Parts: sequence; C-alpha cells; structure tokens
Amino acid sequence: MTYLIGLLSVIFLILAIMIVNKSMALSKGIQGTETDADVPVDGANNLNAIGFIIFLVLGSIGAAWSFFHARPDFLPVAASEHGVKTDSMFWISMGVITFAFFVTNALLFVFPFLYRYKKGNVATFYPVNHKLELIWTVIPAIVMAVLVFTGWRTWRDITSQAPGNAVVIEVTGHQFGWYVRYAGNDDNKLGNNNYKLIDNTNSIGIDFTDEKSFDDFTANEMHIPKGVPVLLKIKAQDVLHSVYLPYQRVKMDAVPGMPTKFWFVPTISTDEMRYKTGNPDFNYKLNCTEICGSGHFGMAITVFVDEPDEYAAWCKQQKPFLTQNPDYLAKVPEKFKTKAQKYIEAPVVETDSTTATETVTAGTASLR
Amino acid sequence: MATATLNATDAHTHEHEHEHHELGFVQKYIFSEDHKTIAKQYLISGIIWAFFGGAMSIIFRLQLGFPDMDLTWLKPVLGQWIVDGKLEKEFYLALVTMHGTIMVFFVLTAGLSGTFSNFLIPLQIGARDMASGFINMLSYWFFFLASIIMFASLFTETGPASGGWVIYPPLSALPQAMPGSGLGMTLWLTSMTFFIVSQLMGGINYICTVINLRTRGMSFTKLPLTIWAFFFTAILGLLSFPVLLSAALLLIFDRSFGTSFYLSEIYIGGEALPNVGGSAILYQHLFWFLGHPEVYIVLLPALGITSEIIATNSRKPIFGYRAMIGSMMGITMLAFIVWAHHMFVTGMNPFLGSVFMFLTLIIAVPSAVKAFNYITTLWKGNIIFTPAMLFSIGLVSLFISGGLTGIILGNAALDINLHDTYFVVAHFHLVMGAASFFGLMAGVYHWFPKMFGKMMNKNMGYAHFWATFIGVYCVFFPMHYVGLAGFPRRYYSFTALGNGRMEAFIDMNMFISIAAILTFTAQVIFVINFVYSIFKGKTAPQNPWNSTTLEWTTPVEPVHGNWPGEIPAVYRWAYDYSKPGSAVDFIPQNVPYSATPESNLPEENDEIAHEKDIEDLLDIQNSSYSH
Repeated sequence: MTYLIGLLSVIFLILAIMIVNKSMALSKGIQGTETDADVPVDGANNLNAIGFIIFLVLGSIGAAWSFFHARPDFLPVAASEHGVKTDSMFWISMGVITFAFFVTNALLFVFPFLYRYKKGNVATFYPVNHKLELIWTVIPAIVMAVLVFTGWRTWRDITSQAPGNAVVIEVTGHQFGWYVRYAGNDDNKLGNNNYKLIDNTNSIGIDFTDEKSFDDFTANEMHIPKGVPVLLKIKAQDVLHSVYLPYQRVKMDAVPGMPTKFWFVPTISTDEMRYKTGNPDFNYKLNCTEICGSGHFGMAITVFVDEPDEYAAWCKQQKPFLTQNPDYLAKVPEKFKTKAQKYIEAPVVETDSTTATETVTAGTASLR
Repeated sequence: MATATLNATDAHTHEHEHEHHELGFVQKYIFSEDHKTIAKQYLISGIIWAFFGGAMSIIFRLQLGFPDMDLTWLKPVLGQWIVDGKLEKEFYLALVTMHGTIMVFFVLTAGLSGTFSNFLIPLQIGARDMASGFINMLSYWFFFLASIIMFASLFTETGPASGGWVIYPPLSALPQAMPGSGLGMTLWLTSMTFFIVSQLMGGINYICTVINLRTRGMSFTKLPLTIWAFFFTAILGLLSFPVLLSAALLLIFDRSFGTSFYLSEIYIGGEALPNVGGSAILYQHLFWFLGHPEVYIVLLPALGITSEIIATNSRKPIFGYRAMIGSMMGITMLAFIVWAHHMFVTGMNPFLGSVFMFLTLIIAVPSAVKAFNYITTLWKGNIIFTPAMLFSIGLVSLFISGGLTGIILGNAALDINLHDTYFVVAHFHLVMGAASFFGLMAGVYHWFPKMFGKMMNKNMGYAHFWATFIGVYCVFFPMHYVGLAGFPRRYYSFTALGNGRMEAFIDMNMFISIAAILTFTAQVIFVINFVYSIFKGKTAPQNPWNSTTLEWTTPVEPVHGNWPGEIPAVYRWAYDYSKPGSAVDFIPQNVPYSATPESNLPEENDEIAHEKDIEDLLDIQNSSYSH
C-alpha cells in the first residue's frame, strides 16, 4: 500500500516535471522563430491542453482505484435501523454526484483540449442560449427536490419522538470523559440532577431529593440492548461535547445547560460484530466529535450492544449509586427516607447491624 | 516593502500629467489613499499570511501523517510547544485554530477581496479612485492592526486561541477549559474586532464606488462579472460581519464582565459557575450567520475573477452573462438563510433543521448554473492557456468537486454521520479553500502586468499550476475516505477510535501529509516568480491578454487617478470577443458601436443613436471629481 502510494506520487511528480521541462524547451525553441504579436501563445499551449487530458485520465484512474482500495475500511456496516436507511440514501446521493462529477470534469478538461488555440481559428460568438440555461437550471432543481424530499422524510423519522418503550440512558460529557447513568431496575425513570450538587463522588450531581434517583445506577461503560429503541439523554458539564457512535450513525452535541437527545435502535450486537469483522477484540466506541480541549481526541468509552436478555441480566447486577455511596442518604428528605433506606445494603454480617443503622441515622441527623 | 522600492524607481520615469503634486514616500507607499497601492498592500499581506497559515497546516499534518515522528528539530521554532520530541496537544489545537482563522479571514477575505476589489473596481468601472480614499486607507490599516494583534497572540505563553476557528463557547469563554482560552483568546477577539471594522470600511467603499463612480455609459448591465462579484461580496460582508461583531462582543462580555449570554449550568475545574440562563447555541447561530455568508465572501470574488479570465482566454463571451449575475444574486440572497446547516446535530430543533435543509439544497442550483456556464464558455473557444487561465479552469474543477459533496452534507439525515469528520474538511477545503486560493492565484497572474507593469514568467506559472492542482487533489480527495471512515476533525491522534481503524488509514494519512508538504513547497515557485518579476520581469505591454475591459486602457503603470486624460466612456459590454464580422478578436468596452459597423448586431446599431447622450455626461462626471 505504502509503496503503491509512493509510486503514484512519484509518477505524478515525474509527469509534472516532464511537462514543465518539455514546455520550457518548446517555448524556448519557438521564441526565436515567431514574434509575440502574431501568435499570442507559446509552445506550452498544446502541452497544457494535453496536460488536462492526462490529468483527466490519471485522475479518473486514481479516483476509481483509491475508492476500491479504501472501500473495505470506510463506511463500516451500519449497526442501527436508521443507519441502514441513511447509508442507502448516502449511496444513492453518491451515485448522483459521482455521475455529475465525472461528466462535468470530463467536459471541463476535454473542451480545453479540443478547443485549444490554433492559428487561424476563430472562437464561436455564443453569448447565450436560454433553452440550454433553462434545462440545466431545471434538471438540478428536480434532482435536488427529490434528494431533499427523501432526506427530509428520513430526518423527520430519525428525529421523531422516541417510542414509549425506549430504554432511557443519560450520557454526560465532561473534560475528558463520559458519565453514563441508567434509570434503575425499579422505577425505570431517571431522577433529576443538578450541576450545583456535583462533588467528587457524585460526579453528575444526582439530586437525591427526587425519589426517582434512588435506584439510578452509573457505569463507566455503556451497555445497550439490541433491537430495542434506546433513547440517549445527552448532557454536558463544562464545555460542548458531541456523542458519536460511528457504527450506529449516531451523533448529537452535548450542550451545557441544554439537554439534547437522540434515539435509535441498535441492530448488531457486539458479539455479532466480532464475528462479522473477524476481530475477537472488536468493541463499539462512543467518541467525542466536538472540540473540547487537549484531551478531546481520547475522550471515548466502550459501548456494548447486548442481546436483550443479557442486557437485563447486566442491569440486574448493577448496584444503584445510593447503594454504593450510602452517605448520600443524608441528602434524602425525610418523607422519602424509608424508600431510600431500601437501597442501603444491610450492613455486612461481620458488623453489628443495629449499630450500623444507628450510625447512618445518627449521621443523617447530625448532617441535617 | 518590495513593491515600494520598485515603484520608487519607476516613479521618476512616469510623469504625472495629473495636477497632483508628487507625494512623499509615506503618503505614497505607506499611508496611501491610492486604491492600487492599497490593493498591493493587501496582496503582500495576504501572501505573508498565507505562508504562516500554510506552514501551520504542514506542522499539524506532520503530527497526523507521522504520529511517531521525532519533532525535536522543530524546537528552535516552536520552543516549549515541543515536549520530548512531540507536539503539545494544546498547541496542535492552536495550530488548527490559527490555520483556519488565518486562511479564512486574513488570506481569503482580506488577501483576495481586499486585493482585487480595491484594485479592479475603480479600474474596471472607470473611476479615478475609491469613493473615499481615506476610509479605504483606514480599512487597510485596521486590517494591519488586526494582523499585528493576531500575530502577537502566537507568542503568548498560554498559546494562541485554540478552540477551533469557530471558537464555540463555553470552551472559548472559560480560561480554565484550555490554556488557549486565556490571553490568546482575548487577543483573537480583539484582532477580529478590528478586522471586522476593516471589512466594513472596505465594503462600504466598494458598494459606494460601484454605485456612484461608474464612468459614463457604464450601466450595471455593462459591468464586467468581476465587478458584480465584488459588489455582491461587499453586500454580503456589510450585512453579515456586524453579526459576528455582536457575537464576539457578547463573548467578550461573558469572558470579562461575568455576563451569561452563552453560559449556563457549568461545572468546571472542581467548581460550579454561577452563570445560568445563557445559550451556547445562540453563539452558534450568530457565528454562522456570518460564517456561512463568509464562504461566499471568499468564493464569489474568485468566481468573478474566473469569469473574466475564462472569457478572455477562450476568446469568447462569457456564456449567459445575465444568468451569471442572476445566479450570483441568488447565491448572495440564499447565503443569508442557510447558516443553520452547520448546526444540524447541535441540539437545534430538528424542525428548524428540515427548513435549513430545503434552503441549503436550493443553493446548489445557482451554483450548478455557474459551473455549466463556465464549461459552455470553453466550448468552441480558441483557448490560450496562460497561467491565469489554467488556475481558472482548475478553480472550476475544484468548485465542482467540492461543491458536489455539499449535496450530501446539506442533507441533514446524511450529515448526522459525517458532521465534524474529515469528509467536511475535504468538502470545504476543495470548494472554498482551494477554489478561492486558485481564484487568488489566477487573479495575480492575470493582473500582475497591471499591478507592477511587468510580466510574470509563464513557464514557472505553468509549473506552479500543475504542481498545485495535482497536489490539492492528492491532499483533499483521499480525505473524503478518511471522513467516511468516521475520523473526527481536530483529533490530535486517532488511537481512541479503536478496532484497527487508525491502522487502516495510516498509509492514507501519510500520503495526504506528503502531498500537503509537496504542494506547500511548490508555492515557492510562485513566490520566486512573483518577487523576481516585480524587479526583473519583462516590461508588460499595455494590454497583454487582448482584453476588453477598461483597466487595460490605462498606461502600463497607471498613474494616480488611473487615466492621465479623460476617463474613457463605455459603450458596450465587456465580452465582445471573436465577434462575427470584426477583424480583431476583441473589441474593448470603450469602442463605440459607430466605429464597428461591420460587427454590430441589429439592436446594437440602434445604440449608436445614444452614444451622443453618453458623451454628454462627461461634464457631470468631471464635476463629481472636482473637490
């Protein structure tokens, strides 16, 4: 590959040098014989005209070759329902523009060759043709209209309200990483959070005055179920970030002070993808695509797309934030205390259960 | 000051027939009110900035193409920004930011529009100078001040602005978010404020001059397309730059005076900021309200220049003169109502996204018309490949290739995957970066004889074109693949992508970097040619390209006031090339129809009766100059 590219660049370079040399030599030869007044061009004129043809031929070969060479590595298989749709729309649009690309560039390079200066030739005085202009105004307009209309319908579907059964996951961007919070195994609703409640442990500022927070659990990686709508509720703490799931064709900015969202249906599990790509270490990633500082490029977490039952099992294993950090029981208002208490694990057998509970209660009392 | 010394020697050979007394050195070459000198000041400033902007891109291309390379050898230049032979991550972002800022604003706005609007508007419409020479001078010196401040920001300890050229807050608003958002960002904002002032002064002048100072007979429908392009560009700039000023001003308030226009609910550096109620999206709307017209501010002048050069060197009238004006007018108007296509996935209401998708794809139609018209102008021409013509054809190719991918990016559904990837980088570098740069080069090669009275070396021009044209495609064509593979922009390294994706494109990134270095190096050919020709170039004939427009009726080196005698009157459009019946293949705009009965079209014979009326306007025209 490296060699091929190197070879290609060397060929281009040699060609360029050849053309320059030839044109210099020719123009020198011609300068002696003909005067500038008679002929407005030097010997390089024909060479430059031929140059466009060479460029067209080599350029087309280069474009086609590079396309097929890079094809296995770009636009990897789409792993979401809408991704399949946008990919097929991409290829249709690509077909249209590739056609236009080759036709217009070919005309642009062939005409200079065909109509290069020849002594005695007179250019055709052809200032306008309304019919022609009308044709090439209307045709692009129609093509655009079709593309816009199909694009708009897809966009409308993608950005529509998430289905009621969607799994809700909160992703919060910060310099430089992502916090993931799940709605929990009991109420399946995300509790409130507030940036003013953030501290070293409660890094997303979960608000424990909201009873919906009690069963919420956090994770350092993202697990999502296959074949089920997933609604990402996206937040940012400090600067702009952007959630990017390349394989799922998901991208949405994370904006401080303005929650955003994106829902999608993952269609290929991590295991299936490992099998498909033949790479046993394959892992989906969630990257950041909005410049956010020096660690921007490394701001990624791993995403696991699980079969729904595996996903449910994984969720069951997770312990709510409150369970892992029982100190936060202190922040729970009195009326929800009993409900929150359920999430505080019974102190382990070794310690005396009554004292532990007392400590917690006492701690709570002293904090209030 | 290369030009200054040259013109100083030449000034003695050209006698001023005008009543102006000889100006001192400072008034003539530094604080000059002469549009031609100001144009040259803009051009040379632009070339210097282009060198810095280009060099920065080479440094970050080294990082992207050769991530393991030992960059210790750059330490003498970059100092503390090289740590253990590696580019600092913050400085990488600073380079990306400054490359964008410099290229978009200082090279392609000031260097292109500033040079050619200033140089060509008075010369092509038949005016002695700009409507206000003084404001025109101020315009350059405000730009100069902006340049000095921006340049100084490169040397601050915390580094220049690093939040991307779009400087989205909160990143740009909070010094604790990144070092570049400290003093560097303050200087960036100060510099841009002066830059905007400069643009407004320039723009007002261009518009006034085109409307008020056209020579007798030069109706709007006889204006060369260059002038139409500069006119629309100035309108775009005048209406959109103030919005950037307001965006910058609010950002300054947020940074320095504790306001919350863009800031809300931020926890950073271990503390929760008190700001609430601001909107980061508001900034993006304001920024792109300039940002998108800006694309056309850099592109339209290039397209205008190309129209002129392609017609001249094809020896054919531009095809569809009125359609060209119409499409430029359409682009100008649509440019104001497509900005939010940069924001499809920023959390903006998706319905708004659909509206902007419709509007965006409409703009493809006038752009397509322009491309077709250029191609048809070449058809059955008698084409002379001057370096300017080569660059113009190159421009059309880049404009098409880059413009077509806009159809994909303008589609909100497809933009989801491609937004902020290298696909976008490839797209806009081709359609606005490289295309406008080619327009700038075409313009320099074409009007160099008028600017400096000398010819540039053609062969070096050919070599420069082919190296640049091939190079630009080698740099930006493969970038589409990298983008399609999901490589995000402004990434210091691609290690975090995982799954062997970085490895799959190591070769291609290396290839792009090598191509970029070669293309950048090839610009040396131009610089040598440019500088050498100013001093040692062959003396230019009065009308080297046998062109029809008015600037070629001035003396080889136009005097102060442009025409020693009366300003010529204009009787015909600018595109009477190869007119049937005419013995010569071009008829300049100042030749009356009564002098060319053999080639007149029937309706043009009717015009002969009005020629007397045009001549009668001479007194009025002269009185407008007698202050």
